[in-house]
Amino acid sequence: MGRSYLLWMGFLATVMAVGYSVHMLDFPAGLSRDVSWGLHIAQFTFFVGVAASALMVVLPYYIHNMKEFGRITLLGEFLAVTAVTVCLLFIVVDLGMPHRIWNVVFYPTPNSPLFWDVVVLNGYILINLVLGWKMLEAEHQGAPPPFWTKWVMYASLPWAVSIHAVTAFIYAGLPGRDLWLTALLAPKFLASAFAAGPALLILLCAILKRTARFDVGAAAIDKLSVVVMYATITVTIMQVSEFFTSFYAGIPAHMHSLQYLFFGLDGHHALTPLMWIYVVLLITALAILIRPKLRNDEQTRLIGCAAVFFAMMIEKGLALTVAGFIPNPFGRVTEYVPTWSELVVMLGVWATGAFLISLFYRLVISVKEG
Amino acid sequence: MSLSRKDFLKAAVCTIGLAPLAIMAASSARTAPDPRALQGASWAMAVDTTKCTGCNECAVACHKGHNVPNVGNSKQEVKWIWQENYEGAFPELSHNYVDEGMKKRPFMLLCNHCENPTCVKVCPTQATFRRPDGIVMMDYHRCIGCRYCMTGCPYGARSLNFNEPRDFLKEINPEFPTRVKGVVEKCNFCEERLAIGKKPLCVEACRYQALTFGDLADANSEIRKLLNDHPSQQRKLSFGTKPKVFYIV
Repeated sequence: MGRSYLLWMGFLATVMAVGYSVHMLDFPAGLSRDVSWGLHIAQFTFFVGVAASALMVVLPYYIHNMKEFGRITLLGEFLAVTAVTVCLLFIVVDLGMPHRIWNVVFYPTPNSPLFWDVVVLNGYILINLVLGWKMLEAEHQGAPPPFWTKWVMYASLPWAVSIHAVTAFIYAGLPGRDLWLTALLAPKFLASAFAAGPALLILLCAILKRTARFDVGAAAIDKLSVVVMYATITVTIMQVSEFFTSFYAGIPAHMHSLQYLFFGLDGHHALTPLMWIYVVLLITALAILIRPKLRNDEQTRLIGCAAVFFAMMIEKGLALTVAGFIPNPFGRVTEYVPTWSELVVMLGVWATGAFLISLFYRLVISVKEG
Repeated sequence: MSLSRKDFLKAAVCTIGLAPLAIMAASSARTAPDPRALQGASWAMAVDTTKCTGCNECAVACHKGHNVPNVGNSKQEVKWIWQENYEGAFPELSHNYVDEGMKKRPFMLLCNHCENPTCVKVCPTQATFRRPDGIVMMDYHRCIGCRYCMTGCPYGARSLNFNEPRDFLKEINPEFPTRVKGVVEKCNFCEERLAIGKKPLCVEACRYQALTFGDLADANSEIRKLLNDHPSQQRKLSFGTKPKVFYIV
C-alpha cells in the first residue's frame, strides 16, 4: 500500500468529513421559493450522465468484440457505479427530510419520474456492480465468467440509456418550465453524457498511467476520444438548435431562460460569465478533438477532454437546472448563486466519489496486473 | 421434543411481529363524516377583483389560522395566499398598454387546486394528492422535501419550510398543526373547516365579498351564478392544468 495512496485517501476522507458536517447545518441560503433546485440537484443530473457513459466502453468490447477495450471496460463499469453513488448522495444531501427517503420505496408512485429515477439508478448500480465484480473475479481466476453475465451486460445497455432518459423526463414534462419543456432534452442529455463521461474516463486513465503505471493502451483511448468528439459535435448542434428555436421564434416565454443565461434578463446576469466560459470551452474542445493530430496527441487530448468535461459540468451541472426557474411564474427574476456551504458539501460528495473510485481502480489494477 | 432457546426466540419474535397486523385490523374502524360537513364535488374559488381593495385581511386570517410562519426573508417566504399585480398574475396577458385601473388592481393568488395538477403527477411519494372533491392535499408526514412539486407547479403556489416554522410564529393556533423544516406546504382550501361546515378563512375574513367559494358541480351555487353573470379569466390556462380559481375582472 503506497504511502502516496494512503495520503490521498486520507485527504479525501478529510474533505468528506468537512463536507458532511457542513451539510448538517442549515438549508443552503442560496435556494429560494422561486429557485427550489440548485447546485446539488444539478450535479446529480450531471453525474447521471457520467454513469450512463459506461455504455460507451461496454458496447465496443462486449458487442463489437473490439479487444483493445479489454483493459478499460472494467474501469468504465466501476466509474458508473461510483457516479451513480455520487448521484444518490447528491439527492440525499438535497432533501428536506432525508430520513424519509424510504417513503419512495414504501409508497411507489408510477406516475412520478422521480420514483422511476430512484428505481433505475439503483438497478444500474446493481447491474454494474454485479457485472464488474463477476468480470474481475473471472480475470482473477483466469476462467471465463458465468454465462448469465452476458444477459446482465445486455441489460446494462438500454438501462444506461434509460437512467439518463428518465432523469431528463424529470425536467421535460413540466408545463411551467419552458427551458426544459423540449423533446430535445433527453437526446441532449444523452449526447452530453457521452461527451463528458468518456472524457472523464480518458482523464482518469491518464492519471492511472502516471500514478499506478497502468496503461489501458493507446488503441482504446484513441477510439474513445472519437466517441467524445462525435458526442461533443452533437451537443454543439443541439445547443445551436436550441438557440435558433428560442431566438428566431422570439416567443418571450421560450426565450427568457436562455436570455438570462447568456445575456442577462432585467438587469440580472449572475451566470452570464460562466455561460461564455462554457462557450469558449466548447469551441476549444471542438478545435482539438476534430483534428486527428491534436486528438491523438496525449497532451492536447487531455486539454480537449478537460474542456469537454468542464463545459458539460457548467451547462448540465449548474446552468440548466437553475435557469429553468428563471424567470419565476410571475415573470420576475430571482437569482441563484451557489453558497459556500453548498460548494463545500459538493466537494464532500466529489471526495466520496474519488474515494470510491480509488478503491475500485486499485482493485482492478491489482487483479489485472496479476 | 426439546425446543432450543434459539428456536423459541425465533418463534416468539415472529408471533410478536404479527401483533401490529392484529392491532391494525382491530383499529380499521372508520370514522363517520361530520353531518355539518359541506358537501361538494368540485370545490372552486372566485376572486372578484372589481370588489377587492387589497386590504390583505384574507391573507392575514389564513396565515394566522394555519400557523403559516413569517420568516422575514422574501426569498424563502412561506405563503398560502398573497397579493400580486396584473402583470405578475397574468404575465402572458400583460402588454405595454394595460389601463391604469388594471395596473393598480390587486389580485389575490393561491393554490389553484387544479383538476389536472402537475404537483400531484410528479410527487414521488403521493405526499400531495387530489381528493375526489377536488382539493389538492398535503401530507406533511410523508413529504420528503424533494421540492419536485414546487418545481412542477406552474403557478408558484407552493412554499418550502426552509426554516423551522415555530421559530417564526408569534402565536400558534392549537387547532391546526404546525409543520417542520423541510416540508412543503400550500393552501388547502380550508378542508379542516369544510369538514365542520365552515367556509374558508379567507372568504370569511373578506369584508367586501370579493371571495366566493363553492361547488362548480352544483349549477345553483353562488359561484356558478357569479361565473355565469360576469366575465372571468384564469391563470395560465394553456397548460391544461384546469385550475379552479377564477378571476372576475
